[in-house]
Amino acid sequence: MLSDNPRPGGALISGRPMSILSREEENDDNYMVISSEESSSYPDSELELGLALSLGGGGKGKSKPPAAAAEAAAGGVYWERYARILTAEDFRSVVSTKAPSSSSSSSSSTVTKANNNSTNGCCGTKRTAESPTSPPGRSPISQVVGWPPVRTYRMNSLANAKSPITEDFFSATDKCKSNNVITSLDNKTNNGGIVTDNSTANEKVFVKKSLFVKVNMDGIPIGRKVDLNAHSCYQTLARSLDEMFRPSVSLLAKRSSVEETLRLLDGLSEFVLTYEDKDGDWMLVGDVPWQLFLISVRRLRIMKKTEANGLGPGSHEKNRRQLTVHI
Amino acid sequence: MDHPSEDSPSSSDKSLGPTNHPQLPFPDEVLEKVLSFVNSHKDRSSVSLVRKDWYNAERWTRSKLFIGNCYSVSPEIVARRFPRIKSVTLKGKPRFSDFNMLPRDWGANVHPWLVMFAKVYPFLEELRLKRMTVTDESLELLAKSFSGFKALSLSSCDGFTENGLKALASHCRNLTELDIQDSISEDVGGGWLSSFPENFSSLEVLNFASLNSDISFDDLERLVSRCKSLRVLKVNETISLDQLQRLLVHAPLLTELGTGSFMQELTPRQYEEVETAFSNCKNLEALSGLWDANSLYLPLLYGACAGLTFLNLSDAPLQSGDFANLLVHCPNLRRLWVIDTVEDKGLEAVGSSCPLLEELRVFPADPYDRHHRDGVSESGFLAVSHGCPKLHYVLYFCRRMTNAAVITIVKNCPDFTHFRLCIMTPGQPDHLTNEPMDEAFGAVAKTCTKLKRLSVSGLLTDVSFEYIGKYAKNLETLSVAFAGSSDWGMQSVLEGCPKLRKLEIRDCPFGNTALLSGKLKYETMRSLWMSACNVTMKGCGILAREMPRLNVEVINDEGSDGSQADKVYVYRTVAGPRRDAPGFVLTL
Repeated sequence: MLSDNPRPGGALISGRPMSILSREEENDDNYMVISSEESSSYPDSELELGLALSLGGGGKGKSKPPAAAAEAAAGGVYWERYARILTAEDFRSVVSTKAPSSSSSSSSSTVTKANNNSTNGCCGTKRTAESPTSPPGRSPISQVVGWPPVRTYRMNSLANAKSPITEDFFSATDKCKSNNVITSLDNKTNNGGIVTDNSTANEKVFVKKSLFVKVNMDGIPIGRKVDLNAHSCYQTLARSLDEMFRPSVSLLAKRSSVEETLRLLDGLSEFVLTYEDKDGDWMLVGDVPWQLFLISVRRLRIMKKTEANGLGPGSHEKNRRQLTVHI
Repeated sequence: MDHPSEDSPSSSDKSLGPTNHPQLPFPDEVLEKVLSFVNSHKDRSSVSLVRKDWYNAERWTRSKLFIGNCYSVSPEIVARRFPRIKSVTLKGKPRFSDFNMLPRDWGANVHPWLVMFAKVYPFLEELRLKRMTVTDESLELLAKSFSGFKALSLSSCDGFTENGLKALASHCRNLTELDIQDSISEDVGGGWLSSFPENFSSLEVLNFASLNSDISFDDLERLVSRCKSLRVLKVNETISLDQLQRLLVHAPLLTELGTGSFMQELTPRQYEEVETAFSNCKNLEALSGLWDANSLYLPLLYGACAGLTFLNLSDAPLQSGDFANLLVHCPNLRRLWVIDTVEDKGLEAVGSSCPLLEELRVFPADPYDRHHRDGVSESGFLAVSHGCPKLHYVLYFCRRMTNAAVITIVKNCPDFTHFRLCIMTPGQPDHLTNEPMDEAFGAVAKTCTKLKRLSVSGLLTDVSFEYIGKYAKNLETLSVAFAGSSDWGMQSVLEGCPKLRKLEIRDCPFGNTALLSGKLKYETMRSLWMSACNVTMKGCGILAREMPRLNVEVINDEGSDGSQADKVYVYRTVAGPRRDAPGFVLTL
């Protein structure tokens, strides 16, 4: 079973071999990696999201690492969690990589030391980082106590911040219009807190709980589930769904060659991707900003275009009445 | 210190009118009346030095006490000199304690002061503490000793839990201000807020933004609705948007608002209600909090921003686009605090949207450079200087800077009073020319004649300090880190800056010669801090011996060899060596 808890203590990965992209960090920072999608033929199969705590060895840690526990216990020391959302494409080529560490191993320990109840003046120690590689143009960071002179409470608050949605979200896919549209909500858990900039490989996200929704495709008897929180925009979602359903499509269609993708979002293929929102209305996927989509989506359906006629402007208008459009 | 007669003010000359005492143009009553308008403590100090009767008149009429270094004087001395104090401002630890450079339990405990105040100033109304340790015991003493107590402000303090706050809430019937700025205590639970009595309604200022625990929202809402004079409300992150809306409905006259968390699923109706609540805040001048604010929810604020003069986004990392959109609605900004996630592009928006800007602080999202984000650079600062000619206060954390940019910046904004530039990599040169940043700070010192506070950074030789000593004639506070080439640098400053009051230095190659060159000067200053420099125990010992009115305190790191003086804190005092110094503080 999948643990959908993104806290360290990790989660387990089941099924197919998992690729883990881990960022090596010596013993203080904890990185979490999302990995693996699994397909199975069971009716209610779920895509499993594996979260592994990676420390030093890029392994699938399950238990809270002692370093982190010690830090957390030291009180007042923040520690950060980072993860990178892997899309289907990553799994084709990547097995396991180690990225160079670029910050000091001793930073947190020095800060920990300083924050502890040290009554004997030991907090002035200077440590220098061992940074074998750093990005071009950046000299290795020497991390000393009290430098840069930023107040502790500020650093704590930044470390805990759930990063805002970036503009890239809205520009990433042309299907997402930039209106701020808020749909009706119930008390579903806030899915907010996801940010990504897909353009840089090193971008980090703060991962929240999984958000599994059922996906059915017209003509295919077996439904699937997809974790929307594993995605950051419509394109990656579409890609995943494509991966999920294309084998079945080709099977049923008895085609020897299958189209490259289902092209769910471009409006030209024979299928359209739709979703049922809170109010039971079926909407075209891609019209609202991603974040709002996450809030209102209940389930997905890949419809034949012919079936989707009812989702023309008419249904949009009906839905617009429920929406507050902010310009 | 001279202690002239402590008679009551008007006793001696009451019988004589102005014409009978040619040397005293005014009778004491007149003098006292005049002095009652003199409020600045610096002016009052000057007044007290004129002559004996002026000294007396001043001490009897002073009601506000300002003590910039709690160890420079003792509670007893203060109590003897000033009989009628209603307001006390007390500062404790050296500033570098904010960055974990002092061990805990270093001192600056307010308790002995409160014990004395309880005896001598029963009518005390205001207490403002900065970098002091405040225990629950002290807060309880405070709560019970001063029946008319009104205002407590704790900036960067520690040592208390919710029990202390509970005592305050329960006993201070006339409390108007409870302001816990930047004072983080991990153990402070939220129960204190519920301790205000049901009929308590005098609060005007409530700031608990830095306390992280949950509080009872119902009690907060009732409190806010009772306190009709509430003008400053800064809640903590646990308060949600819809809860905030309910609070705003009760307090539309707020002038300063600190929101709670700014991200929440809202129904369209809730969204409108929050938006309306903000639009109804016609008097808002300052806004802060905004945790997790993003592009979806920032527009809720727009209706409240027209009169905004202070926008504090230092808890809300925004991207440049959202930031720019928000700024468009804030044309009257005078003070702006942001995180460098807005990048240079965001600062360009500042330059174009905020022509009245006087103060800018840019904080680093990633001080240890873990994510290799760009942050801000010289071009952002340049853009602001072009668009904001009134800029006079800047705190700027960046990864790169150039001499040329700084020279242009101060040409655009010659009125800087506070120039705090932090190039985050120690010893980093001009990133275009690879030269030291001497010319940059030279230009600041030369061009900004009103400069009072300067923090330098980057690769700096003694030349920069020569410039500072030569030109910065109004400089009062100087912070130096990882800079300088020899003792001459520090000497230039000590010899050159006549108004210097606070000098804090870390990780610089200044040694005993430099330290001792300023020995006379330290008596005119509040304090000197030197850490990780080349000063030795011997040098400190010489200073202590030759200057008995200075306290020379040394803290040595664990495992150091005992000849180097790792951390040195020198300050003038009339109270003699500290009686409460912990073991690791050596007073020489």
